[in-house]
Amino acid sequence: MKFREITKKTKIDFIGLRNKAFILSFVLVALGLFGFIMVSIGKANLSVDFTGGTSVQVRFSQPIGIGDLRAALTQGGIEDVQIQQVTGGQTAGQNDFIIKTQLQQAGTERAQDRISAVISKAFPGNKFQVLGSDMVGPSVGKTLKSHAILAIILSLVGIVIYIAWRFNFVFGVAATIATFHDVLALLGIFFVLHFEMNILFITALLTVAGYSLTDTVVVYDRIRENMAKMKAKSDVGQVINVSINEVLSRTLITSLTVLLVLAALLVIGGHVLFDFAFALFIGVLVGTYSSIFVASPLIYLWRRRA
Amino acid sequence: MLRSLRFRAILILVLLFIAIIFLLPNFVELTGEWKEYLPSEKIHLGLDLQGGMRLLYQLDTAKMMDHMIDRDMEQLKDGMIREGIRFMGLDKKADGIEVVVKSDQREKLYDFVAKEVPDMKVTASRVEGDNVYLDLSIAPTQIKSLKSNAVERALETIRNRIDQSGFGVREPVITQQGESNILVELPGVKDPERALELIGRTAQLEFKLVDEGATGAAVPPGDEMLPMRQRSSESGAPTASSIVVKKQALLTGDMVTDAEVRIGGGQFHTGTQVDMEFSSEGARIFDKVTGENVGKRLAIVLDNVVYSAPVINERISGGRAQITGNFTVEEAKDLANVLRNGALPAPVTLIQNTTVGPTLGQDSIRKGVEAAILGGLLIIAFMVFYYKGSGIVADLALFLNLIYLLGAFAAFQATMTLPGIAGIILTMGMGVDTNVLIFERIREELRSGKTVRAAVDGGYSKAWVTILDAHITTLITTVILFIFGTGPIKGFAVTLAIGIIINLFIAVFGSKAIFDWIIARYKPRSLSI
Repeated sequence: MKFREITKKTKIDFIGLRNKAFILSFVLVALGLFGFIMVSIGKANLSVDFTGGTSVQVRFSQPIGIGDLRAALTQGGIEDVQIQQVTGGQTAGQNDFIIKTQLQQAGTERAQDRISAVISKAFPGNKFQVLGSDMVGPSVGKTLKSHAILAIILSLVGIVIYIAWRFNFVFGVAATIATFHDVLALLGIFFVLHFEMNILFITALLTVAGYSLTDTVVVYDRIRENMAKMKAKSDVGQVINVSINEVLSRTLITSLTVLLVLAALLVIGGHVLFDFAFALFIGVLVGTYSSIFVASPLIYLWRRRA
Repeated sequence: MLRSLRFRAILILVLLFIAIIFLLPNFVELTGEWKEYLPSEKIHLGLDLQGGMRLLYQLDTAKMMDHMIDRDMEQLKDGMIREGIRFMGLDKKADGIEVVVKSDQREKLYDFVAKEVPDMKVTASRVEGDNVYLDLSIAPTQIKSLKSNAVERALETIRNRIDQSGFGVREPVITQQGESNILVELPGVKDPERALELIGRTAQLEFKLVDEGATGAAVPPGDEMLPMRQRSSESGAPTASSIVVKKQALLTGDMVTDAEVRIGGGQFHTGTQVDMEFSSEGARIFDKVTGENVGKRLAIVLDNVVYSAPVINERISGGRAQITGNFTVEEAKDLANVLRNGALPAPVTLIQNTTVGPTLGQDSIRKGVEAAILGGLLIIAFMVFYYKGSGIVADLALFLNLIYLLGAFAAFQATMTLPGIAGIILTMGMGVDTNVLIFERIREELRSGKTVRAAVDGGYSKAWVTILDAHITTLITTVILFIFGTGPIKGFAVTLAIGIIINLFIAVFGSKAIFDWIIARYKPRSLSI
């Protein structure tokens, strides 16, 4: 029988490549840790969900410069204003902006009202429309942040327990390290690219964690199966290599199909979904990489020492 | 084998039928008898998809307790004077009252408190010489029940206000969140400003006498200076002024039983006013108060703003009063609404406000759906390209998956949000993965020289362990997301959870049944995979 295959029977020495991979992973994790510290001290591009404040999305009828808009708002008493032009997907060509400030109140007015008032006064000829707005009190933001962190930690703990139970403790720990690796890598990349971190981003982080684990479990499953089959005859590195090669086509095809869908989201999903789809896209790449180059070599290192 | 195949086929078709029944209202308008027996709800769209407001309020229960202590202290003072209990001091503390009495008055005071001020308990006492210091406070269990009661009343009041507002909001959500937060969701609300004004207002109505004697800058003790709401009748622009009134309220809004808008009423038959009707007790008090104060001005105070202060020309019996003041019809309607439904038990603070305009919502849904369709088509094409005949089986399974998922959404009346759509896409991805895992296993089995039937059976049973592990790990994440997530994230978690379960079901019953059927019917010697 003939199959259509993207990979013929491969014999790649993944374990042999581990040191090169570890360098890359080290960079990613370091980036992630740096990003995490910056997030903790509030130096990252966090959404008002977490920081508290006001965010308004407006659509102008005519083109307008970000600089002019910022100058007008600052003069109008909106302190600490951040402006971002909305691009991506079909919103290209529209004059959409997101205006963010830490303020909830500007004097006696709501910050949102002040923003509208300032804009209509400064640009009388340019009609605009408020597409949406968001006001978050600081206490809400704090709760959300702690909940988000708690959710991430709890789900990781739950998953370790499950994997430790299904496989053994070593697999559980290795899978967790690989998952942390992915979450941190994604955080680091988002931080460097200065993408906004909002609730959807947290959702993306957890989804990526789930996806990466699925991937890792598939590889582990095969390693366990082959270890039972081969017993003491061959060394751990070889068993792991054979296992990864055996599931390689599955890994690639699954990643490819998921990436296809995410690509569709990226290109035509609109700006609300763009960041989300982008996070998932990067996450799937990193997750696939880590199940092969992080999760599996960790088992090898541990077993070899034992 | 065949028996179980028939069973599986029936199960799949029955579920498919049920799913379609639940999805039907989204495509056709059901009428007459159909409507009675079939589900008629469309899939609910979240705020991010159809536009609307999501408001989170915090009920200021501390202020409520504070008011309560004030009230009890007033009662205690009047009571002690009436009963002839001599007291040396009466002080308000952080969460209670301190009374100082001579030691021979102690028993009398205990009796009085137990009888007349049931909210309060004596929680501490100390003796200093001939004086006894008594701490009165509200019992912790009482505080807890008062607070939860206050939240419930606030929910009820806000619900009534929204129901009678004529916003045309189809499915408002008004629920408690945490201990003293209130979540209000108004999908599709047209006038966000008005909604904020209507819901967030405490609506504490009080009638207070104007202190005509207070003219200087200093406010006499027992009086307070309140801003006055005035609008010039020509431009409608607010003008600032204030007025000095007695602190003590003669009558409050809880005595109002009904309120309605009257257009062209009032002395000069112009403008819009709100007519109030009092309860019988309220009517009696109003009658007495107006009788005693003819010639004076009575201020009508709403949330510490004086709306009007008409002169009492004569005793007013019959229990009716009016509020005037250059209202627009809409303002008057909302005023009548809040007066009818009563004040909130405590002021509320808006701590989160997400407003999504309808344009943004429509943009999002259109793009999300377009992306989902395109993504789906890409997957379908890829599966057929890569797995040929078996790819078609996988696509069928995927299609079943989607119909079940949407059907479940409709049946559970879950709310579809943007992250929900992302969840659907992700579920489809997992569905594909399931098939890929199975097919790759079947290929391996075929490579090792097994017959088609043995390869399919072996492929499924070997892949099953992996599939189960993969789905359960994701399910763990989902459950935690559901517990800690709010709003849109919950939507994502719900979609994914439903998706995971359906995925597992289809992995066991769906595509396997199709393979079994093909094998039993055609007994193929080779498999297009």
